[in-house]
Amino acid sequence: MSFLSKTLGTVAALALSTGAALADPALIYDLGGKFDKSFNEAAFNGAERFASETGGSYRDIEIQSEAQREQALRRFAEAGFNPIVTTGFAIANIMGEVAKDYPETKFVNVDGWLPEVPDNVLLINFQEHQGSYLVGMMAAMASESGTIGFIGGMDIPLIRHFGCGYAQGAKAINPDINIIANMTGTTPTAWNDPVKGSELANAQISQGADVIYAAAGGTGVGVLQTAADQDILSIGVDSNQNHLHPGKVLTSMLKRVDVAVFEAMSAGEAVETGKFMTLGLAEEGVGYALDDNNASLVSEDMKMAVDTARQQIIDGDLEVTAYYTNDSCPVLDF
Amino acid sequence: MDYLTLLQILDSTIRLSIPLLLACLAGLFSERAGIFDIGLEGKMLMSAFFSAAVAFTTGSVWIGLLAGILASMSMSAIHGLASITFRGNQLISGVAINFLAAGMTVLIAQDWFRQGGRTPSLEGSARFQELTLPFADALRGVPIFGPLYADLISGHSILVYIGFAVVPLSWWVLYRTRFGLRLRAVGEAPEAVDTAGVSVIGLRFAAVAICGVLCGLAGAYLATGLQAGFVKDMTAGRGFIALAALIFSKWRPWYALSACLLFGLLQAVALRYQSIDLGGFVIPVQFMDALPYILTVVILAGFVGKAIPPRAGGEPYVKER
Repeated sequence: MSFLSKTLGTVAALALSTGAALADPALIYDLGGKFDKSFNEAAFNGAERFASETGGSYRDIEIQSEAQREQALRRFAEAGFNPIVTTGFAIANIMGEVAKDYPETKFVNVDGWLPEVPDNVLLINFQEHQGSYLVGMMAAMASESGTIGFIGGMDIPLIRHFGCGYAQGAKAINPDINIIANMTGTTPTAWNDPVKGSELANAQISQGADVIYAAAGGTGVGVLQTAADQDILSIGVDSNQNHLHPGKVLTSMLKRVDVAVFEAMSAGEAVETGKFMTLGLAEEGVGYALDDNNASLVSEDMKMAVDTARQQIIDGDLEVTAYYTNDSCPVLDF
Repeated sequence: MDYLTLLQILDSTIRLSIPLLLACLAGLFSERAGIFDIGLEGKMLMSAFFSAAVAFTTGSVWIGLLAGILASMSMSAIHGLASITFRGNQLISGVAINFLAAGMTVLIAQDWFRQGGRTPSLEGSARFQELTLPFADALRGVPIFGPLYADLISGHSILVYIGFAVVPLSWWVLYRTRFGLRLRAVGEAPEAVDTAGVSVIGLRFAAVAICGVLCGLAGAYLATGLQAGFVKDMTAGRGFIALAALIFSKWRPWYALSACLLFGLLQAVALRYQSIDLGGFVIPVQFMDALPYILTVVILAGFVGKAIPPRAGGEPYVKER
C-alpha cells in the first residue's frame, strides 16, 4: 500500500481515461496482486491468452487498497472499456453499485456474490468443493501416517468451502483419517504471510500430517516451501503450482479463472450478463493438475479412483456437500 | 499436553520471537537516543528483500546478509537525515520509510526478477541452514534434557543465536559503557550532553545506525533463515508488534527479551491450536492474535506499572544560541 504505487496507479488510471480505446476489455485484480502465483495470476494468464489468440488488447490494474476498487471501476467505465472483468469476492458489492450508473457497460466478476444481479453484471463462481474433493482423495491415498493437513488463508466462507470439500474427499477414501485444519488469520495480511504459513505447516507436521493442502494465496508459498524442506507432500491451489517444488507437490487444485477470464474477454460486449455462472468439474472449471513434475507421485490407482469420482460427480451420482448449504461442514470443524 | 508437544511449541516460539526481538532491540537503541522509529517494519522489509535478492544472485547468504544490513542502514540514514539533521517530524519520517519500503521492494523485485515482486527460491548456501550444536544427536537419548537440547536449543539458524546474544550485549553497551551512558542521556536530556561537549547529532546518528544493523538482521532472518526468498509485504506487521513489545518492556533490553518471547509464545499457541477449550469456555484464535496489542494497551493505560518513554523522545534537538 505504498504511496508510490498508489500514485503510479492513479497516474496509470488517468492515462487510461485519456487514451479512451474502443471497447477493449479491462481487468481489475484483487489485493493479492497480479503475480500471486495463484488466483490473480490465473486471471492474468487468461487475459494474456486472449491478447495472443485474438490479437486484441486489454488494460489491467493492480489496486493497492480497498478504496481504489470503486475508483478503478469508474475510471475504466468512463474510459469506455467493455467488458470490465474483476477478480475476488470483495469487489462484488461495489461493482453492483457502480454497474447501475453505467448500463451500457458489461461487468464480470469472479468469485463474487450479490443478492440481486443487475442486468449488466455476470457473476462467475466455481465449484471449488468438487476440485478440493478430488485432491482430498489423492491426499488420503498418498498419506502414510493417516493424518493430513489443510491450511487456509483468511478465514472466510470461501476458504472453508475449499477445506470442506477436501475433508469430504479424504474421508471417502479413509473414514478414520485425521484432518488438521488451520486458518492463517482474519485480516487480508493472511494472504501474504509465508512465515506464518511455514509455522503452521511445521505445527501440522509435528502433529503427524504428511500431506498438506494450502489454500492461502502468497502464504501458501511458505507452506509449500516448508513441506518440501521437511520432505512431505503438499498440494497447491488455483494455478498449477507443481513446478514450485518438483517431486514434492502432490498436485494442485486447479480453478480455471484463466478460462473464465478468457471466455469473458473473448465474448466482448456480447458477454451474457444478468446472471450467475457456475463452473464445476463438468465445465472443466475446476480439476487437479497432472504434469511432469508430479507424474511420479500420482499412482495409477490414485488416478483411476479420482477419475471415477470425477465422472460420478459430473453424472450426479456423487454429491459433494457445499459449505454454503448450511454454513457448516458435515465432516470437519473449523 | 505432553513434553514433546511443549518442546515443539517452544521451538516455534523461538522462531517467531527472533525477528520481533531483533526489531525490538533496534527500536530500543533508537528510542533510547530520543529518535522514535515507527519505520522498523520498512527497514525489515527492505533488508528482507535485499538479503534474498543478493543471496540469490551471488549464491552466498553471508553477502546477502551484508546487503540486507546495508539496505536497512540506508533507510536509517534517510530517517536520521530527515529527523536529526533537518529536524523533521520523526513519526512522519517513519511512516514514509514504511511506504517507501513497501513500494520499492516490489518495484525493484519486479524489475530484477520478473516474478511479480518476489525473488526466486533460494537453495543451498544461499539460505541460512539449521545449525546442529555439538553432541545434539548423542544426547538425544538422555531423558528430559536430551530432547530439550536436541530439539529446542539446537537446530536453529545462526541468526537465532546471534539474536539471543544481542540481548546481553545491548544491556552491557547501554548500562556499562561510556557510549551507552551518553546514548541514554541524549534521549533524556540532550542539552546536558551538549553542555558536556559531546555531539548530540553524532550520538543520535550512531543510535540510528545500530538500529539499522539490527533491523537488517531481523529482515534477513525472515527472508533467508525462516523462508527461502522474499514475498511482498512478508514482514506482515512484525515491526509494529516489535514496537508494542518495546513499550511493553518499558525500553529495557532484558524485559524486551521476555516481552518478545511472550508475544512469540502467544503466536505459537495460536498457530498450534485453532481455539483453546478451557473447560467449557472457548478462547477463539482471533483473541490470541490480538492479545499482544491488548496487553500493550493495558500497559499504556498504566494498569501494570507505568511505561515512561525517554523524555526527549520525538523532539529534534535545537542547540541554544
